[in-house]
Amino acid sequence: MELFSFKKDIPFMSYGKLTTAISLLTFVLAVVFLLWKGLNLSVEFTGGTVMEVQYQQAANLETIREQVAKVSQGEPTVQSLGTTRDVLIRLQNQNDKSSAQLSNEVLAALKANGSQVELRKVEFVGPQVGEELLTHGLTALSLVIVGIMAYLAMRFEWRFAVSAIIANLHDVIIILGCFAAFQWEFSLTVLAAVLAVLGYSVNESVVVFDRIRENFRKPSMRGRSVAEIIDNAITATMSRTIITHGSTEMMVLAMLLFGGPSLHYFALALTIGIVFGIYSSVLVASPLLMFLGVSRENLIKQPKPKEEAVV
Amino acid sequence: MNRYPLWKYLVIAVTLLLSAVYTLPNFYGETPAVQVSSTRQALPVDTNLMQRIEKRLANEKIQANGIFLDGNSLKIRLNDTDTQIKVRDLVQQEIGDNYIVALNLLAASPTWLTQLKAHPMFLGLDLRGGVHFLLEVDMNAAVDKTLERYAGDVRRELRAQKIRYGSLKRHRDNIEISMRDEAELQKVEALVRDKLPNLSLKADESSRILRLSLTEAEMIKIQGDAIRQNITTLHNRVNELGVAEPVIQQSGANRIVVQLPGVQDTAKAKDILGRTATLEVRMVEDEPSKLAEALSGVIPAGYELLDELSAQGSQKILVKREVELTGDNINDAQPGFDENGTAAVHINLDSTGASIFRQVTADNIGKRMAMVLIEKGKGEVVTAPVIRSEIGGGRVQISGSMNAAEASDIALLLRAGSLAAPMNIIEERTVGPSLGKENIEKGFNSTLYGFAAVALFMAIYYRVFGVISVIALACNVLMLVALLSMLQATLTLPGIAAIALTLGMAIDANVLINERVREEVQNGVPPQSAIKAGYEHAWATILDSNITTLIAGLALLIFGSGPVRGFAVVHCLGILTSVFSAVLVSRGIVNLVYGGRRINKLSV
Repeated sequence: MELFSFKKDIPFMSYGKLTTAISLLTFVLAVVFLLWKGLNLSVEFTGGTVMEVQYQQAANLETIREQVAKVSQGEPTVQSLGTTRDVLIRLQNQNDKSSAQLSNEVLAALKANGSQVELRKVEFVGPQVGEELLTHGLTALSLVIVGIMAYLAMRFEWRFAVSAIIANLHDVIIILGCFAAFQWEFSLTVLAAVLAVLGYSVNESVVVFDRIRENFRKPSMRGRSVAEIIDNAITATMSRTIITHGSTEMMVLAMLLFGGPSLHYFALALTIGIVFGIYSSVLVASPLLMFLGVSRENLIKQPKPKEEAVV
Repeated sequence: MNRYPLWKYLVIAVTLLLSAVYTLPNFYGETPAVQVSSTRQALPVDTNLMQRIEKRLANEKIQANGIFLDGNSLKIRLNDTDTQIKVRDLVQQEIGDNYIVALNLLAASPTWLTQLKAHPMFLGLDLRGGVHFLLEVDMNAAVDKTLERYAGDVRRELRAQKIRYGSLKRHRDNIEISMRDEAELQKVEALVRDKLPNLSLKADESSRILRLSLTEAEMIKIQGDAIRQNITTLHNRVNELGVAEPVIQQSGANRIVVQLPGVQDTAKAKDILGRTATLEVRMVEDEPSKLAEALSGVIPAGYELLDELSAQGSQKILVKREVELTGDNINDAQPGFDENGTAAVHINLDSTGASIFRQVTADNIGKRMAMVLIEKGKGEVVTAPVIRSEIGGGRVQISGSMNAAEASDIALLLRAGSLAAPMNIIEERTVGPSLGKENIEKGFNSTLYGFAAVALFMAIYYRVFGVISVIALACNVLMLVALLSMLQATLTLPGIAAIALTLGMAIDANVLINERVREEVQNGVPPQSAIKAGYEHAWATILDSNITTLIAGLALLIFGSGPVRGFAVVHCLGILTSVFSAVLVSRGIVNLVYGGRRINKLSV
């Protein structure tokens, strides 16, 4: 079976202006949302206490809100978690009480009117930990960027490294923008998903780049313009791109549908990342490569040993 | 063409066989068990203890499913949870409160697997339920206390040497002594250098002020000691909770991670962890008539009957209620040796403690004094040595009827009772057992459904090559699970997500290969050469793309903590197994199916 067969090369590069405009627009939009609304950071980053409780019957959020407000300071948030029986309570840290006391008191308050409540999960994070996680997260992000760029620069050429990383950071910003726009909770697991997407989408660019390099070396491609060579590379890998991403997305979708609330945002971040990953590696990375002035000489001048022939 | 040498098939076969063997324990589930362990070296868990328990169980006609020593603990495997609870109570009754008897679950895999060291994956707290705490030790308090102690020492030395000084002030990070003249100043300098070498000295000749502060080495030692002492204290307390496999370890310079799998009463856990123990020094009443009276049940007023612990078992001892000295006055207790080379415990008292101790010892020569550790309102005599002579100077040595193991136990208990640096809980995660089960189920189901969807699609889209890819992908899961089981890396929910994601990404390599083979076929290349060219061309791309993914995975592994690390470990391992399975295993199958014969058409 074959779904995607292209008889002719699709002139992707001639759409350069249009795709750049789309990218810029989404990018700017994402940045605006990030600055305007900001990320809805989870307690892991901000510090605080989160409790997950399960009621025997459907829970009344209003009552719970009142019960919780009696024992806690600040503004507790109470929301249902997927079902009517599961409730998520978020509390601010209090100086005069330890998290242990706080969660015990809240649970006692919830049970006060005789409801059947089961404590499913408590997460408490002190303020000192949150800051640390944020710096560690940012360090990890920069390490990924530097590592990937160094590898691509070594394996290909600096122009490839720069355009791949810009294209993929553009994905990362868009994921973050979506999380800001919809105020989805940004937790450590989501951060892991974002970094995994970064590594994964670079794959995509690498596959196209590999083809571009191969095309530059092919005798049959001599005399073709750079744009034509890139178009050919993208078209040739198009079917693979869609199928791979489709397969990965099937896995992610299974997580989104069956993984429960713990994996929900993780899977959501991956979904956005995968969808934009296709777009950016094809329609952002390659035009950037052209823009940076890649030429046959960049790759041919330095003859490399035929390492890919070794299996 | 397209044939592997025999050794390559063998490598693949052996790898897959090993993977299958090490994956196997995960399917057997768990059986209830009772676990006995001890924190004191003086109370060993050994074959003697095992025989004692075996005998008791035989007397009670309880059929154990196996009883064996595993490192420092004894495990008794049982058939059901009812017997498990019965056996726990019986064993506790038989061997006493000083051993930890806990309920546990043991892998139900057959013995031959256990002998191969094949264990099921180690599940994280989010999957099996339990409590995770991150505690931070207040280092400032530890440093503060040490400085306070030194200030006392300096005062005492000055007094002993009859050196007159103007004033002695304790500042936040130094001790300031102002002297009357320079000659005295130099005397003090020499004295401090001689007696307190751990202090760094700075003399201001003009204003005749001497500043003493802690050296860098001393600071590091204090911090190390504070952490170690808190870890020991935590160990003692956690044991009381009867947790089978607690994790208590240092994390970073001043933090301690405590993980208590299976603990459901988190309020109690937090209560016990946060408790403080106190140490009291009291006099022992050895008059036989009073002891006999107390043993018969009539305890004289002002006295208390306590247990003394030793390797021989516990012994009743009559102790006065009046407290002579508390743990607050104890600076340190370390195991060591006395001048005769026998095991001893060295105790260091602060200046107040030293003067009280001198008085008490002077008044009670020939009598015994008891060191009582009080936790949760219950006293326990750690040791009760005889006072041989008056002891001044704050340096006490207890020696005599103890071996090196007992000496270290006693020192540890004494330290636990003296004040350590305070700790605060800075992170807590509690997962109820039902949520844990649900997490496993959901994680497993989403992986399964995702895999099924991908498998179906691949088989339809690439036909034979698709089926081969699916088999390779299944081998990937097998190897990944085997690797996780072998390494006993902690599997968490993000870890399960990483398995699913890794599978989703691993299929990329197979798609690359299949697309390439298809392309070659369409370009009119004969089938055998198409396979060869397809795999060869795809290899470079597979390598590049997996290395970039691996870079991201490693960064997560290095900087991630908690859930991120659980994700990163599986992700990185998964990348490695997927390269192996996509390239070697799938090629191996393709070679078996198509290699070495004439074919006209490839099913791709």
